[in-house]
Amino acid sequence: MTAQTAKQIHYAKALEALIHTAGAGELAELRRAAFRYFNETGYPSVRDEDWKYTNVAEIAKSEFNAVGLRGIDDLVHPELNEFNYKRNGFTALNLALADISKRTIPANQMIAEPIKIRASAVDAAMHAPHYIFVAEPGSESTILEIYESEARSFVNSALQIIVGDNACVTHYRVQKDSAEAFHYGVTEVTLGPHARYDATNITLGGAISRHDIDVKFTAEGGETWVDGLYMLNGSQHHDTHSLIDHAVPNCTSHQTYKGVLNDKSRGVFNGKVLVREDAHGTDAQQSNKNLLLSNEARVDTKPQLEIFNDDVKCSHGATVGQLEEEELFYLLTRGLPENLAKNLLTYGFAEAIIQKIGLDEIKADLDEAVLNRLDVKHGSLRI
Amino acid sequence: MVLCGEKKNMLLEVKELHAGIDGKEILKGLSLQVERGEVHAIMGPNGSGKSTLSKVLAGHPSYEVISGKVLYEGKNLLELEPDERAREGVFMAFQYPVEVPGVSNSQFLRLAYNEKMKHTGGEELDPLEFNDYLKEKAKVVDMDPQFFKRSVNEGFSGGEKKRNEILQMAVLEPKLAILDETDSGLDIDALRIVAEGVNKLRNENNGIILVTHYQRLLNFIVPDVVHVLANGRIVKEGGKELALELEEKGYDW
Repeated sequence: MTAQTAKQIHYAKALEALIHTAGAGELAELRRAAFRYFNETGYPSVRDEDWKYTNVAEIAKSEFNAVGLRGIDDLVHPELNEFNYKRNGFTALNLALADISKRTIPANQMIAEPIKIRASAVDAAMHAPHYIFVAEPGSESTILEIYESEARSFVNSALQIIVGDNACVTHYRVQKDSAEAFHYGVTEVTLGPHARYDATNITLGGAISRHDIDVKFTAEGGETWVDGLYMLNGSQHHDTHSLIDHAVPNCTSHQTYKGVLNDKSRGVFNGKVLVREDAHGTDAQQSNKNLLLSNEARVDTKPQLEIFNDDVKCSHGATVGQLEEEELFYLLTRGLPENLAKNLLTYGFAEAIIQKIGLDEIKADLDEAVLNRLDVKHGSLRI
Repeated sequence: MVLCGEKKNMLLEVKELHAGIDGKEILKGLSLQVERGEVHAIMGPNGSGKSTLSKVLAGHPSYEVISGKVLYEGKNLLELEPDERAREGVFMAFQYPVEVPGVSNSQFLRLAYNEKMKHTGGEELDPLEFNDYLKEKAKVVDMDPQFFKRSVNEGFSGGEKKRNEILQMAVLEPKLAILDETDSGLDIDALRIVAEGVNKLRNENNGIILVTHYQRLLNFIVPDVVHVLANGRIVKEGGKELALELEEKGYDW
């Protein structure tokens, strides 16, 4: 048990105030249980295997004001009981102080307009949004989740996505918090029969950030794409942990994560694909490619395949390196000066993920963000 | 052949070139002269040094020049970086064109075109102007404008990649084009399109070097001079008939 810090007492007060305004029903009990768990475990430490490369001591010792707290009457959404708040101290604190909202896409509805989730915290504030997204059978929808926090703020978010029978959810998650900000986010997804979930997770911001994403197949015929890009510079640190859980037969997963690391930045990728005993007919591919643009940048990548069934098709791989010499030579032979050629290749490396994004508004914005990270004169790479 | 640096149409002079890779000498005293308006074919069996010559002329960093000279428009080509050579008008069509994911063909070509214009004092084009220019050039190799938006060579068939190389040549209008085994891996239809493209680009101001193993390409692009390369040296030179002779007799004589 960790000692109660001033901050924990502060959070306890925020929790009591929240429960006071929100009523004292089942939800209050759930919040209290989560808070007890947070008090017991505290924030994760580098002694935890799962947090070996990501030190959150800076978050643990900082003081934040919990803001934007909201309850939802006395109603407990059944999905909240499925949330794995015991994952770590962050998830426990999220549920304790969660600003909860829920959106349901009715059965067989196709919603073209993306459903926007935006969260940001101001300096010294802690925001704990918790979203529940239910895509009923046969529906089609797109989630656009954007984080743009300021200064030394702290966002601790959770998103639960339930994709029903034959439903299809496209999910863009863009984290472009300030370079001083702290960010923890978890995405928990469950897929029903023949459900499809296509995620693109872009990380550009944050001093210390981490995204945990779990996708679980609960019935046959599901398919998922879990892709991402982290593009870091300065002394930014980002960690992605993903778990694709093939708990049932005949599901397909595709995963491509790319990292571009400059200066003294550090990236961590830990991607686990679990193929359980009964999950015959699984098709799982995973790749993580990292481009190091500086000698001081570093990445720790650990793709993991755990397979407990023989009748499966699985592949995985990870690379860490510099630009390909043959690609560079090709561009040089077309007359591009070396600096421009290198930047164009770096841009292309990142762009291969960004190109997946089907929403023009956000794609243009990300193109711009990628270009701004490169060492080129403004405008020279613009199309 | 008399070496003579005074010819006013002289584009490229390679003199007694020795070069190699990983400490292994591959070109062993190769000499070659190309004038403006000429098409030269360099033929030879595998391992004779054909690709090494292409790579050395383009400036590949893995290849090392041991001795000899390469003059391009009377200037020392070997002291220029690969990108400088390109902006000066040297172009190599790759045997295995490289895929560049995430970078669109049109974006790549406009950047290359504008860099050249910056260098030569020509007018740079904005995306809309360039798109028109590119559409015009694409006719040379009968290329669908759909290819402009796609990532450079990514997912292209062998034939599409080679056509894309010739499209790049059309866009950049080089003074010296080296086509490294452009015919390899092409079926007859693709070969015809690529060859017709090259013929359209051939003019009195540029020189073209066709590096090839097979005579087949030379049915479509008729060379002025055929050189036979063996063991790192030119061992025989002649007119277009020489290619036919090689076809019949092979490289063993």
